Amino acid sequence: MIDFFLGHYAYWFTILLLCIGLYGILFKKNLIKKTIGLAILQISVVLYFVSIASKWDATVTVLNPDIPVDQVANYLNPLPHTLMLTAIVVGVATLGVAFTLLIAIYNRYETLDEEELIEKLQ
Amino acid sequence: MIESHLPAYIALTFVLFSVLIPVFGLWRSELSQPIAVLGSGIAAAFSIYGFINYLSEGSIRYFFGGWEPPIGIEFVYDGLSGFFVLVINVVAFFVLIHSHHIAKREFPGKEMPYYALAMLMMLGFNGMILTGDLFNLYVFLEIASLSGYALIAIGEKQAPYAAFRYLIIGTAGGTLYLLGVGFLYTVTGTLNIIDMTAMLPMLYESNAVFAALILMIVGIGVKAALFPMHGWLPDSYTYSSSTSAALIAPIGTKVAAYILFRIILWLFGIEITDAIAPLSYIVGVLACIGILYGSIMAIAQTEMKRMLAYSSVSQIGYIIMGLSLANPWGFAGALLHVLNHAIMKACLFMISGQLRYKEGHSDISRFDDSFRKKYPWTMASFTIAAISMIGLPPLAGFFSKWYLVLGTIDNSNWLFLGVILVSSLLNAVYFFRVLEKVYMMNPDKGQKEASDAKRNEPSASMLWPTGILALSLIVIGFANAVIVGILLNIFPL
Repeated sequence: MIDFFLGHYAYWFTILLLCIGLYGILFKKNLIKKTIGLAILQISVVLYFVSIASKWDATVTVLNPDIPVDQVANYLNPLPHTLMLTAIVVGVATLGVAFTLLIAIYNRYETLDEEELIEKLQ
Repeated sequence: MIESHLPAYIALTFVLFSVLIPVFGLWRSELSQPIAVLGSGIAAAFSIYGFINYLSEGSIRYFFGGWEPPIGIEFVYDGLSGFFVLVINVVAFFVLIHSHHIAKREFPGKEMPYYALAMLMMLGFNGMILTGDLFNLYVFLEIASLSGYALIAIGEKQAPYAAFRYLIIGTAGGTLYLLGVGFLYTVTGTLNIIDMTAMLPMLYESNAVFAALILMIVGIGVKAALFPMHGWLPDSYTYSSSTSAALIAPIGTKVAAYILFRIILWLFGIEITDAIAPLSYIVGVLACIGILYGSIMAIAQTEMKRMLAYSSVSQIGYIIMGLSLANPWGFAGALLHVLNHAIMKACLFMISGQLRYKEGHSDISRFDDSFRKKYPWTMASFTIAAISMIGLPPLAGFFSKWYLVLGTIDNSNWLFLGVILVSSLLNAVYFFRVLEKVYMMNPDKGQKEASDAKRNEPSASMLWPTGILALSLIVIGFANAVIVGILLNIFPL
């Protein structure tokens, strides 16, 4: 049982981050805090992908003359990392759009608090 | 030679034109709209040609750079993706023609970025449909969503807040989808859909696959506005500018529904989907609740765009219900409804844009019988689309519901059958209410108002697209047997 928890500590950490992110999105009233929650949620998935790529006793995915290429077990899996480079870029773009919208909202209503905003919308 | 590159051409057309529009738009802003129409017209021509080619030659798998999957990335142009690409590109072509005057009125001076974003969004939607790779699908999903958020934010005063809410919930959905893809990658080691389809039967009753499926359905369900993840939709469609709503409403939720089709019927197959829990039935019940909820909420609205937005929630329910039936009739009904609903919703949203352009509002409680004198053709198109929406023969909407009903009878699913019948009545309530206001004289007022009204139709660039879409509903209604014959061949089982 203990081994199950300790052996998967990276995944537990990811789950924790995922829950923090969802909590931020669902329960925080300030729109900036919601955006931060969104960023944490995205990063938790990025970390999940990075952690599934890791292997014990394996090296980075740069060709090492001492280790033949056909022994793939000696190299980390490079694919999740490359996927996550794209996902990080997507995340940055999302944050950019989110902040642009927040600026537009603030210019129109002069508040970023959800409850005040809903009052002003009516 | 052109046939084998066709999937790439469709997507590349939009890339090219999303660059061309800023280049020419900086020189002359008024050129943006014709260039956008040209771009979507070329893409629509490619999709029509591609679908005809598919019917004679069969599906195309296009490998980028010649790298064969699972190493490389591929575009798959088969029956399902060809059909969806055809529907969205043709509808977008008409909506973009229609947008000329609305763009000048509702966001003057912003045409260049608007049309460039519209092209990017279409790129995202086409990419999502054509791609054969699950991670690539996520990237296209985000391209379509990010430009979609921006398009929704161009509009009324409340639009940025509506777009922000959509952004938060939409990105969370996209992230959950990505997590689901991660689960599938860990158990199969591939991201290619065709490759993964071959491996998943070995993982029958695997918990990781089950969790991945739920994450993907929830994530894509947000984009498809599947009940109860529809909260972003009414505000977004109501407050965005009329042309954004007309562009996104018929296309956006359909593409998400396409992904659900691809995931549930192709990638997993109905047996693996239902291996641990009857997921397809649960999705179907959610769709039923969405159908009834959307119809009832639509009756309560007085603003026409908001009514249409709630009706979208209800109509997407039909499509997903047809998916959950997972039999040929339900499948054909759902796909026919994709086509019909895309045309009907585009037509109705374009008409709400026309009324806003001419009257300055689209508030149903202020409609009166002078409208039939002022806008005879607009109102005729509205009537056809509305009657088709309710589902009266011989219009297109009747036949998609007919095949869905056949599907429910095939599965002996009387609950779903009842929902279809009840919701048709509810649809009749909210559309006949508008028709009554427009075509019946108000007994409390004299007839003077109506007879004094002069004809005041909007210009041809708005009238023709709505008229053609409305006419095509009649054509599809009569040609339904041919279309359904094609659709039944696409069914995978």
